Amino acid sequence: MKYELKEPFTKDKLEKLRAGDTVLLTGTIYAARDAAHKKLIEMIQAGEPLPLQIENQMVYYMGPTPARPGHPIGSAGPTTSYRMDSFTPALLALGLSGMIGKGPRNDEVKKCAKEQGAVYFAAIGGAAALIAQSIKASEVVAFADMGTEAVRSLYVEDMPLVVAYDTVGGDVFGR
Amino acid sequence: MRELHVEEITKAVAEMYVHANYFLGEDVKKRISECARCETSQLARDVFASVEENMRIAAEGVFPICQDTGMACVFLEIGQDVHLAGGNLHDAINEGVRRGCAEGYLRQTIVEDPFRRKNTGDSTPADINIDIVPGDKVKIIVAPKGFGSENMSQIKMLTPGAGVKGAEDFIVKVCEEASGRPCPPIVVGVGIGGNFNKAALMAKKALLRPLGQHNEDSFYAEMEDRLLERINGLGIGPQGFGGSTTALGVNVIAAPTHIAGLPVAVNINCHVSRHEETII
Repeated sequence: MKYELKEPFTKDKLEKLRAGDTVLLTGTIYAARDAAHKKLIEMIQAGEPLPLQIENQMVYYMGPTPARPGHPIGSAGPTTSYRMDSFTPALLALGLSGMIGKGPRNDEVKKCAKEQGAVYFAAIGGAAALIAQSIKASEVVAFADMGTEAVRSLYVEDMPLVVAYDTVGGDVFGR
Repeated sequence: MRELHVEEITKAVAEMYVHANYFLGEDVKKRISECARCETSQLARDVFASVEENMRIAAEGVFPICQDTGMACVFLEIGQDVHLAGGNLHDAINEGVRRGCAEGYLRQTIVEDPFRRKNTGDSTPADINIDIVPGDKVKIIVAPKGFGSENMSQIKMLTPGAGVKGAEDFIVKVCEEASGRPCPPIVVGVGIGGNFNKAALMAKKALLRPLGQHNEDSFYAEMEDRLLERINGLGIGPQGFGGSTTALGVNVIAAPTHIAGLPVAVNINCHVSRHEETII
């Protein structure tokens, strides 16, 4: 099936999605990868307030190339998701709605996502120039010193995704 | 003795580092379009359509093919009759990477230290490999290497008794374990023989050989065919969504080794298999 998914990304909108469905995503998502995840988890463990809201949000595992003048962002494809596996359950526990990345993840992430009613989406790895066309605005919102690894708020229109793990245990990689 | 100013090397490295990140080689493009026609599932066909559209957008010169513009792997074959003048060769290569990173709007992708992880800000230093060869020319290859696929690479010190079957089983297992993580369809570089370090370097050099060009030794050419068939038989498919194309190609390089050893290194590359070369 093909769906359009628009913000706010509340979990009720995710229930109908099944592994292998294609989705065009529109709304504000956060970009964060290895370094930002490590920092966020350290802040959660230390009981510090986080610089971004997690509940009902989507996180995109991505660190872009620099934006050329006149463009909001450079190339912006997904990075490999399994590196974020150890950090993901804590974010799901805070109400994260979805993750966007590439490649299979560990059983713990799959189990937590199902329990929390969250979805893991796959973007096409290596299609970074194409995906950049759906990103209309980009702003660094936390950890600016991390450069390409800083947390960005992205406004995306019709970002093409595939449902990788759905809310009933379906898995596009294991079909 | 021919004299060559190192600035020429800087310029060539900068130009190739940028160009490789926007324009994929004809061999890879051809192979991708061949494989796209073989896929039967809609998801696999969609992936190939996106990959081909992505190449068209990148070739306009604004957006690099992939946001991982890679560790700059630079290979030089320097003729022994060349005198490199005007500065330190390693500095000249790194200056080329620095310039390419800035001028090509490439990502700052290298950290200074594996634990302290401070970004160097210009994607230096490059991974530099130098061979001295006969002649008075300098051949330069620049291969930006993404790490989603690099992380899936493995080496194993097999022993002679493992034989062809043991080596091939290991190579296929590496691809199976990588699954959908390295951005399949992948290119598989294999180094067999030598020692621990040489096997890994051969595996990386195997990725530089154009797709569709076999090992000159028919023993290894047949091995490449067998491996490609087995890897594609895994069914992992484009992006791991299932399909008949898990690998675009398998390139093997072999070398003499010790009587006690059979090292096998497998270097995985993604479908954005980038490399450029020039001869000065």
